Amino acid sequence: MTMFQVRLHGRGGQGVVTAAEMLSIAAFLEGRHAQAFPNFGSERMGAPVVSFCRIDDKPIRLREPILEPDAVIVQDVTLLGAVPVFQGLKPKGYVLVNSTKTLKELGLADALDKMPTGHVRVVGATELAVRHVGRPVPNAALLGAFAGVTGLLHFASVEAAIRDKFKGAVGDGNVKAARAAFDDVAVPA
Amino acid sequence: MLKQIEGSRAVAEAVALCRPEVICAYPITPQTHIVEACGEFVKTGQLQNCEYVNVESEFAALSVAIGASAAGARTYTATASQGLLFMAEAVYNASGLGLPIVMTLGNRAIGAPINIWNDHSDAMSMRDAGWIMLFAETNQEALDLHIQAFRLAEQLSCPIMVCMDGFILTHAYERLEIPDQAAVDAFLPPFVPRQALDPADPYSIGAMVGPEAFTEVRYLAHDKQLQALEVIPEIHQSFKEQFGRESGGLFHTYQVEGAATVVVTMGSLAGTLKDAVDELAQEGPQVGVISLSCYRPFPRTELRHALEHARRVIVVEKAVAPGAGGVVSMDLRMALQGVDCYVKTVIAGLGGRPVTSPSLQSMLRRALKGELADLHFLDLNRGMVDRELARQRRGIATGPVAENLLKDAATHGAD
Amino acid sequence: MPQTKLDELSDQQKVKFYQKGTFTVGNRLVDPDKRDVQASQDRSNAITSGHRACQGCGEALGARFALDAAMRAADSKVIAVNATGCLEVFSTPYPETSWQLPWMHSLFGNAPAVATGVQAAMRAKGREDVRAIAQGGDGGTTDIGFGCLSGMFERNDDVLYICYDNEAYMNTGVQRSSATPPTARTATTPAVGDAPGNVFGTGKNVPLIALAHNIPYVATASVSNLHDLEAKVQKAMSLRGARYLHIFVPCPLGWGSAAEDTIKVARLASECGLFPLWEGELGVVTGSDPIRKKVPVEDYLKTQKRFAHLFKPERDEERLAALQRMADHNIERFDLLREDKEPAI
Repeated sequence: MTMFQVRLHGRGGQGVVTAAEMLSIAAFLEGRHAQAFPNFGSERMGAPVVSFCRIDDKPIRLREPILEPDAVIVQDVTLLGAVPVFQGLKPKGYVLVNSTKTLKELGLADALDKMPTGHVRVVGATELAVRHVGRPVPNAALLGAFAGVTGLLHFASVEAAIRDKFKGAVGDGNVKAARAAFDDVAVPA
Repeated sequence: MLKQIEGSRAVAEAVALCRPEVICAYPITPQTHIVEACGEFVKTGQLQNCEYVNVESEFAALSVAIGASAAGARTYTATASQGLLFMAEAVYNASGLGLPIVMTLGNRAIGAPINIWNDHSDAMSMRDAGWIMLFAETNQEALDLHIQAFRLAEQLSCPIMVCMDGFILTHAYERLEIPDQAAVDAFLPPFVPRQALDPADPYSIGAMVGPEAFTEVRYLAHDKQLQALEVIPEIHQSFKEQFGRESGGLFHTYQVEGAATVVVTMGSLAGTLKDAVDELAQEGPQVGVISLSCYRPFPRTELRHALEHARRVIVVEKAVAPGAGGVVSMDLRMALQGVDCYVKTVIAGLGGRPVTSPSLQSMLRRALKGELADLHFLDLNRGMVDRELARQRRGIATGPVAENLLKDAATHGAD
Repeated sequence: MPQTKLDELSDQQKVKFYQKGTFTVGNRLVDPDKRDVQASQDRSNAITSGHRACQGCGEALGARFALDAAMRAADSKVIAVNATGCLEVFSTPYPETSWQLPWMHSLFGNAPAVATGVQAAMRAKGREDVRAIAQGGDGGTTDIGFGCLSGMFERNDDVLYICYDNEAYMNTGVQRSSATPPTARTATTPAVGDAPGNVFGTGKNVPLIALAHNIPYVATASVSNLHDLEAKVQKAMSLRGARYLHIFVPCPLGWGSAAEDTIKVARLASECGLFPLWEGELGVVTGSDPIRKKVPVEDYLKTQKRFAHLFKPERDEERLAALQRMADHNIERFDLLREDKEPAI
C-alpha cells in the first residue's frame, strides 16, 4: 500500500487522541507501520482537538502534520463551520461524521457530493457509545465504522486495539459500540 | 519485543531497563509522560530498588540527582524548556562534579512569549555546560540512546542529556522494539562510581578551585568530551552487535556520497528532510542529509571528513541566536574552515511551527539555484513582521510585541 | 571490623586533654556520662583543626560540636552536604580539607535537595544506617535555599538540616539576609539616615516555619550552651524523617564583637530573650530552656559594633524599646521566665 493518512477532529474529552492511537495499534497488529500523534497543544475539555494517524507498509519518516488526508473523521459536528475539517482531503478520500442527522441535514451534501459512493458516511457514534459504554465517547465506534468503510483494517484488529486501551467492562462496551458501527456501515446508506 | 507505544512511555521503559536507583520528578510545564511512567513502574514493582522522589522544583530535581549520583547511585531525571533553565545552575554543577546523571530533554521552546511547543532553544541554552548532548532522530533511537547513555556517562563520569523533540517524538505512537532485560543487563554493567560519598572512605567533594588549577580542570572537561568522540562510536558499534540496530554514533548520513548539496540537522526533522530530498531528486540532483546524533562533543573532524566534497551545506536548525544566527551553523563553519564550500543557515520549526516537506523542498530549490540568503527563516510571515516594524516606526509605546502579532495574525490570517 | 580510612584519621587526631579548670573542653569535673562529646578522646573530629575560619568563629565551633555529636549518634556513618558559604570556604582550601567525614558541596541554594539525593541513594542501596546531614548558613537556609529546604521538610526526607545562623551573608562581606535582626548594620543596610541599619517588620523565623511543616523535630540551639546543643543533635539523630536544627553562631567579623566574646555574646542573646532556645516535635513546641538571669537587650546589643548607632551619638530610645519588646515577646511566647528554672531538656 501507499501511505494512508487519517485526520481526526473532535473536542477535548472525546478521546480524539486516543482514537488515533488505537488506530495506530490496530494497524500495528496487522504488521504495518503506523504513526499516531496529536495536534500538540494544552487543550482543555471542550476545545477543538486534532489528531493524526499515518499507516504504511514501510517505516514512516515524515513528521509533518497531515496536510492531505486520505480520510477525515469528525467526532463532533459542532466543529463544522468552525474548523476547516475537510481541508486538503484527497478527492477519493473517506469521510466519517459522528451524527444521527443526514448529510443533507448537516449541510454537507453539496460539499461532499464529488466523493466516491460509499466513501462518506454518517454514524451515530455518540448514541452507540451511550448505549454500549454508558458514556458519550464516540471514538471506538468511529474506529469500527472506519474499518468497515475503508476496508483497511480487520475488525479483529480494531477490537484488539480497543481492548489494549480499555480494560474490562469499558473495553467490552467499546467493542460492542465499534461492532455495531462496523455492521451499520456494511449496509449501504 | 515489538510494541506500538508512545515515545515518552518507551523511553520510560528503556530507563527502567537500565535499573536506575534514584529518579527525581518535577512536572514543569511543559512536561512529558516519562517520569510519570517511571513513577508507575516503581509503584507497581516493575522497577525495583529505585527511589522515586517527587521534588518541589526543577532546580531541586537536578540537585537531588546530584546528591544521589555523588553517593554512587545510578540516577535519572527528565526535563524540558523552562525546567532546564530553572535548573541551569545545577546543570553546570553536575558536569563540573563529573556526575554521570542521565537526563532526558523533551526539547521545547523557551519563553517569553510562553510557548509549550517543540524547538531546540532549551538544549542550545545549555550547550556549553559540559554535558554530553545526544539527539534522537526517531523514537527508536531515543529509546536506544538512553541505554547507551548510561554506559557512556558512567564510563566517562560525565552527565548526558538525551534530547528528543517534544511532542513530535515524545507524544507520537509508533512501532518500537523494546529490548529485554537480559540484553540490557549484558550491555550495561553495574555502576561503579569514579568517586562516591562513603563513610568508610571519606572524600571531600566540591572544594573551591582558584586560578592555580581552574584552567586545568576546565581543560580536562574539554578532554573528556574529546574522549567521548572515541567512546561514542565504540558504544554505537557494541550496541549494534548486541541489538542489531543502528542507533546513536556521532551522526547519520543519508545520500551524502557524491552530493554537492548536503543538509545538516538534528532531531526528528531529519525524517521529513529525507522524504523531501528524495522527492526533490525526481526533478534535480540528489541532496544529502546529515543528522547529528552527538551535538556535544561536536564531531568537528568527522563532519569535516564527511562534508569535504560538499559545495553547499545548509544547516536547518530549530533555534536562533538572536543577533548572531544559527548556533549549529557556527559550530559547523568552524569544522569546515578551509573546505571550499559555503554554509547557509535555515531557522525552522520555532515554537512548534510545523516543518513540512513542501516548505523544505521549496527552500532547497532556492538553495540549488544559489538564491538562499546566508540566514533564512523558513516560512516566516514577512507581512506580519513588516506591519509590526511599521507600527514601531510610528512611535515608541506600541505595546507588547507578542500580543501585537497575535492580534495581527487574527486579523490577517496566514497571509 | 577492618580499619577504615576514617578510623585511621581518627587515630591520628586523638587529643590529649589537660585539666585547667571547670570551663575547659574536657569537663573533667562532670560525671562521665554527662560529659559532652568533645570531652571524649574518641570524638570524631569531623571538622578538624587547621581550617581558615576567623578568630572566635561561632560557626566553626557550632559545626564541630554538632557534627561530632551526630557522628557519635550514627556510629560515624554520616555524609554531610554543605551549602556554599563561610563554612564551605574556610573548611576546604584544597588540597587541604578539614572534613574527616564524607562531605560534599554543590551549590548555594540546594543543600537540602542534595542531601535528599544522598539519602535516597543510601535507601536504594539498603544502607539506611548511613545518615545524611545538610548544613548551611542563614543565607543558604532562610533565603536562597529556602525552597529546597521546605521541599525536603514537606516530603519528610530522612535528613537533618543544620542552619548556622550568624544573621547575615558573612562570606560575601556582611550583607543583610532574612535572618538579620532589625537595626543591625550590614553592608546593604548601612548605619545612615533616619533609621540606621536594618528595618523592623521584615525577616522570617525559619525554626517556626519548620515547625509548621509538622516534621519530627525542630530545635534552636546556641554555642553558648554546648551541652544543650549536643543533646539536641543526639535527639535529632534518634529520629527519622526531616529534622531541623537552628544554631546561633556569633560572627566577630560581621557583628563587630570581640573574638574572645563569642560565647558571651551568644549567651547574652539567649538571656535577653532575642534568641530563645526551644524545641518542638510534629508541629508542637515541646520544651524551652528558661532564662537563668534575665538581662536587658541593651547588654547584648552593646557587645557589637553593628548596633553601635543605637547608642551613639545619642540613645535611640524608640528602637531600643522596640527591640526589647521583641525579646519580651519571645520570653512570653516560650515561657522563658517560668518558676522551675530548670532546663526542660
